[in-house]
Amino acid sequence: MEINTRVRALDYLIEQKAVPGVIETVPSYRALLVYYDPSIVGYDALCTELAALADQATTTTMPPAREVELPCCYDGELGPDLEAAAARLGLSVDDLVRLHAGAEYLVYFIGFTPGLPYMTGAPEQLTIPRLDTPRLKVPPGSVAIGGIQCCVYSVESPGGFWLLGRTPLRLYDPAAAEPILLKPGDRVRFRRIDRREFDDIAARVDAGRFHAVIR
Amino acid sequence: MIRVVDPGPQTTVQDGGRVGQLRYAIPPSGPVDRPSFVLANRLVGNPDGAAALEFTLIGPRLAAEAPCAIAVTGADVPVLVNDAPAAALTTLVLEAGDIVRIGAARAGVRGYIAVGGGLEVPPVLGSRATYLRGRLGGMHGRALARNDRLPIGTAPVPRARTVASTARPRWGGELELRVVLGPQADRFTDEGVATFLSSAYEVLPQSDRMGARLKGARVAHARGHDIISDGIALGAVQVPGDGQPIVLLVDRQSTGGYTKIAAVCSFDIPRLAQAKPGQRVRFSAVDVATAHRLLEESDAALAGVDLEEIAS
Repeated sequence: MEINTRVRALDYLIEQKAVPGVIETVPSYRALLVYYDPSIVGYDALCTELAALADQATTTTMPPAREVELPCCYDGELGPDLEAAAARLGLSVDDLVRLHAGAEYLVYFIGFTPGLPYMTGAPEQLTIPRLDTPRLKVPPGSVAIGGIQCCVYSVESPGGFWLLGRTPLRLYDPAAAEPILLKPGDRVRFRRIDRREFDDIAARVDAGRFHAVIR
Repeated sequence: MIRVVDPGPQTTVQDGGRVGQLRYAIPPSGPVDRPSFVLANRLVGNPDGAAALEFTLIGPRLAAEAPCAIAVTGADVPVLVNDAPAAALTTLVLEAGDIVRIGAARAGVRGYIAVGGGLEVPPVLGSRATYLRGRLGGMHGRALARNDRLPIGTAPVPRARTVASTARPRWGGELELRVVLGPQADRFTDEGVATFLSSAYEVLPQSDRMGARLKGARVAHARGHDIISDGIALGAVQVPGDGQPIVLLVDRQSTGGYTKIAAVCSFDIPRLAQAKPGQRVRFSAVDVATAHRLLEESDAALAGVDLEEIAS
């Protein structure tokens, strides 16, 4: 987590300084990919500048993280692996939900599919190997765990994580004015909801009448 | 407006590309063969990055609803206007009602059709490029379909020009692709790197805008093929456990967990973009300084492409 914080701090510094020649940057767990235009800045010159910023990144204060609340329904068909995961972990279903929803997660970066967050923050008891056989199709909005990670699938895609529940929010909506919900560095909390509230929020999301709670 | 009579197997709206969204796992998209795309736009008097069409292997059939100028570049394709042969790599002026038919590529894979004034589909996240997997941009996030109508910007009729024969690309044959080694070249054995740099790899039919899949001598890993996921640049060469390289392209995933032995230099991506399945490529390593020099030369060559005036 410390390295990732430095990655995001370096990213922030590059953006703040508007380093000439930098086109865009892509943070990941412990690396930052910097796209640049060699007709504007040379490789060695850019490396020198980035090294200096990387030093600064150890003590840089970033703006406060956004806190995003994701409603999550763990009931029935929305959490198809909930019982199996609980059994595998030696927990009751209630305890698994309580531990998962009680944690605060950090978004390390967004990757794999548009808007999909790579997060950690769940208590150790929830560490679980990926599925032996990945699913071919995971519904978007699925809230899932695997290894020490938690992710929320953003589009229908293959997936190897245990599906504990589903959020009615769209992590990626190509038709929306702002298609991407989560950003690197966000803090995420899941709010447990029942099926009725899930359906109600989903309807409002469809109608464009729901705004995620973001502090 | 331009009406789509027959879309062809995969024709999409592409502009210069969507910048700044890789951090949200949205790739830049845009043309796989950028110089051909740029030439098409220049031939119709558009800015280099104006939205145009990219077609794959077989072109579309289009109907002009109003007078407009078009140009076809990239893959070597037959062009017919109202069933009469017309020239590729040349400004063509169409009247209302004219039908353009672009046939199957004799060489090359991707072709470009630019229209004077540019295609004015609504931009999404700052670009008109289509990201198919994300259903984003272009014509409602998808490939063109029959009866689509493409809005065109207004523009004066451009000077009619053609690409001089000396400047016309020739596709086919075995390609040499320059690469810069890394970022995980140290995850391969010396033998693996040597194999990668000395073998011919065949382009597979599963190749697409996301990546060119290759088949050939296995590239050996030193200690496994997994890394902690990091960013994937244009041209990055991933080598998964099967030792078969994949060159990542404009619709690539932004990050990934497979070792990357090298990156194909950007100026060699266009020729790879035009490599048909069965065609072979070889990799040769250059240092960063050489890569930059070659990039500068390539940019200068594109800037200096000879466009000859023709009588219109």
